[in-house]
Amino acid sequence: MMRSARLRRPPGGWAVAWTAFLLLALLLWSVVYPNAAIIVGSFERGLGDWRDFMASPADRDALYGTVVVSIGSVIGALLVGVPLAFLLTRTEFRGRRVLSGVATLPAALPPLVGVLAFLFLYGESGVVTRVVQHVLGLKQAPWTFTGLSAVIFVHAYTMYVYVFLFVSAGLERYDTTLDEAAAGLGASRALALRRVTLPLLIPSLVGAMVLVFMSALGSFSAPYIFGGGARVLATQILVSKLNGALGRAYVETTVLAVTAVIALLVLRRLQGSRRYSVAGKGRATRSALRSPVTRLLLPPLAIALVVLLVLPHAMVILVSFARDGAWTTQVLPPEYTLDNYRRLAGESSLWRPITNSVSMSMIATAANALVCFAIAYVVVLTRAPGKRAIALLAQLPWAIPATAIALGLAATFDRNEPAQLRVLLVGTFWILPLAYFIRNIPLVTSAVEGSLRQMDPTLEDAARGLGASRWLALRRVVLPAARPGLVAGTMLAGVAAVGEFVASVVLYTHANRPISVEILSQIRNTAFGTAAAYSVLLIVLVLIITVGARWLEGRFIAGEGVPSAGQ
Amino acid sequence: MSAGSPPAREAAERRASALVLERVTRRYAGNADPSVDAVSLSVAPGELVALVGASGSGKTTTLRIAAGYETPDAGRVVLTDESGATRDITHESPQRRGFGMVFQHYALFPHMNVESNVAFGLEARGMRKRERLERAREALAGVGLAEKASRQVQALSGGEQQRVALARALVISPRVLLLDEPLSNLDPTLRQTMRDELRATLRRSGVTALFVTHDQEDAFAIADRIAMLSRGRLLQVGTPEELYHAPATREVAEFVGRASLLPAEQMSDGVWVTVGSVALAAPGRVAGAPADAGNARELVAVLRPESLAFVDDDAQPAWEGRVAGRRFAGGHTVYQVRLESGATVEVMGNGFGAPEGATVRVRLSGQPLAVVPA
Repeated sequence: MMRSARLRRPPGGWAVAWTAFLLLALLLWSVVYPNAAIIVGSFERGLGDWRDFMASPADRDALYGTVVVSIGSVIGALLVGVPLAFLLTRTEFRGRRVLSGVATLPAALPPLVGVLAFLFLYGESGVVTRVVQHVLGLKQAPWTFTGLSAVIFVHAYTMYVYVFLFVSAGLERYDTTLDEAAAGLGASRALALRRVTLPLLIPSLVGAMVLVFMSALGSFSAPYIFGGGARVLATQILVSKLNGALGRAYVETTVLAVTAVIALLVLRRLQGSRRYSVAGKGRATRSALRSPVTRLLLPPLAIALVVLLVLPHAMVILVSFARDGAWTTQVLPPEYTLDNYRRLAGESSLWRPITNSVSMSMIATAANALVCFAIAYVVVLTRAPGKRAIALLAQLPWAIPATAIALGLAATFDRNEPAQLRVLLVGTFWILPLAYFIRNIPLVTSAVEGSLRQMDPTLEDAARGLGASRWLALRRVVLPAARPGLVAGTMLAGVAAVGEFVASVVLYTHANRPISVEILSQIRNTAFGTAAAYSVLLIVLVLIITVGARWLEGRFIAGEGVPSAGQ
Repeated sequence: MSAGSPPAREAAERRASALVLERVTRRYAGNADPSVDAVSLSVAPGELVALVGASGSGKTTTLRIAAGYETPDAGRVVLTDESGATRDITHESPQRRGFGMVFQHYALFPHMNVESNVAFGLEARGMRKRERLERAREALAGVGLAEKASRQVQALSGGEQQRVALARALVISPRVLLLDEPLSNLDPTLRQTMRDELRATLRRSGVTALFVTHDQEDAFAIADRIAMLSRGRLLQVGTPEELYHAPATREVAEFVGRASLLPAEQMSDGVWVTVGSVALAAPGRVAGAPADAGNARELVAVLRPESLAFVDDDAQPAWEGRVAGRRFAGGHTVYQVRLESGATVEVMGNGFGAPEGATVRVRLSGQPLAVVPA
């Protein structure tokens, strides 16, 4: 056959190839370029900045602190999350349902708000601190909630939810006849747990550990507020930047990012080789507790746990009604008022952060919806050239701590130089939406990919075969299939963007400051009531987004009765 | 368990255990009727007993009670162990009973290879690694899987997995072996072979065994005695022959083998089977016939294909009918005959060739038959 003189048609056609090319370019420009700029920037003075880093005790402390906090958070989250998952999935007791409903509550707190709540509860002037002080008749606070251990405590409290969710899911899928087989063969409960149950839960466990580790590694709010004298890289980067030591900041950022990637690879190795499908009847049976002592102790313990989990939310709501400045040494704020909310609604300068956050997150999320859908489509449903690179780059931001992403943007887009593909975004409104967009690419892409993988791949071919253009097939066949993942993903992205703090605190300007940064400055001014009022509004926003998304999805489903693949 | 002595000799030295279920009852909340209703069953040392019934009959619950995974609401489970001592194990945990169980879906540990799976029960008993792996390999050789010892269990076929599960249960020298639908997940061509192998393996080991199945052919092929359950109640316990020739109830008769049921009556001179206007006398002793004719119970006669025969001689009293169909049953042909009363019966036709639709005459063949309450 004679080879045609024209270019050979790329797999999937020209439109797909061009889309893939554009996506690749976008990802390279927004994800790779800024991070590459950081690495390059760290070598701007040759090895000078690197040597300074190695020599600086502050930086060594920061690296040590980062590693300690990350590992400690994983251990803490495991210690809380694993027993809780077993308790709530495998046993039956009074109060179990309530505890189940409340167990994931900490995840619903925007990160900075959670930290704030801890401040109100366990800080030097915190409610719990004061109560314990009074009850024990101490002259001073019984503890100072500060340092690496305080940070680990806060992390364990908020991040155990990942472990809990992952392990619960693993236990629900778990075939309980394996436990019966082990018992029947004479294994004690301890042996059965050690040799049968836990090994089979390793994939879930490692998945959760990865998530906790990466979150703790890049965590900023908790170390910032509670770190005290102890340092971590995330906060140290900001210090260096504010001091103008940009080269040092780049080195610190590179070290943080490299640590993250190494940890990710190590943990993935741990998880990778084990791939057993537990193919059984998978009855997740609940056993009633046998020992009378346990039966007696458990309900009150459950209640105590519920109170412990709900307390931070309750605290934030309470303090939002407290008069600023009136709460000094008392256990609880003495004076209550609606003024905090009135001022927020009334003064435009105070309302501004809210409009900022909402508009910026809407822009970013819209961009995420469009771009990530395109990425997922190309990766799952086409054979476009470069799709493996696209898939990899789309997951990359997840491995890079938010501070690093932010600094990368600050370093790259600080001037207009078209030849270097640099645009001036620093100091403008647009840099924050860009940061939010980049941070959320992995999340939304994974969500849409998940839905598309469940779709029967021949559906699109069937539509095209019936004469539909690629565009019509996309709109009427692919998009409906992608919708559950798209809605879920953009909902989560919206929630993350509206409460985002870590990147915002590096890149914000006064004009586009988001809610989280405003909360921080109110805390600095000890205007706790106002800070709490913002927090409550943030929680309300999150609720609106979550409920709104569910409602929207409900309407879609009611309207079409869309069956999933395989039905 | 002494180290070093071969398992076969040990098994022979120890007496097999006996298991007794006494009026075991189990109710589930929300169900009007009990799932297991006062079931009493004994399994003699070395005996193979099958628990048979349709799904929902309570057979699996009964097995799980015997294993200790469920506790009965009433009744007892009594074990006479290898030393001859008898004790009530109703509330003892499965871990302590020393039974072996083969689960319906095998429950092989997916993260362990074949020999580690088989060795697990020995591991739980504190046996050292080298010895328990050696025993495991011996057990695997016993089921013909020695060469697959180091494979992952997912790589095995269904039949092989079943054998591994069996080896795992047998290697611990269980007091009683319990099997839950051991052959249900095998495809039909494999089942026949596996039935024979299973019986041979169990006989060889001399273990006392109780197994559950919904398939009467499995039960007939493997068990010494069969216990039939329906809706939680025990209908009858007996050898396969007893259930076949002398069923206690209509349900048993219909479940076991092929039966045609026709109205029967106990008269002073014996049992008579009536179709239309023609009554034929049942030959000799009739199993299940009530002691006195005065008992006005309604009866049906259980007629197996071999209980009926075709009549050439027009003089003999017989039932009139038409051939409605036939099937080849390995060596002889069984005819479906629609009698003039409307009832359809199956008749064994040795050397008898009749086309469908032909008019035929049917009589009792002289083989013993049984009656059951209607």
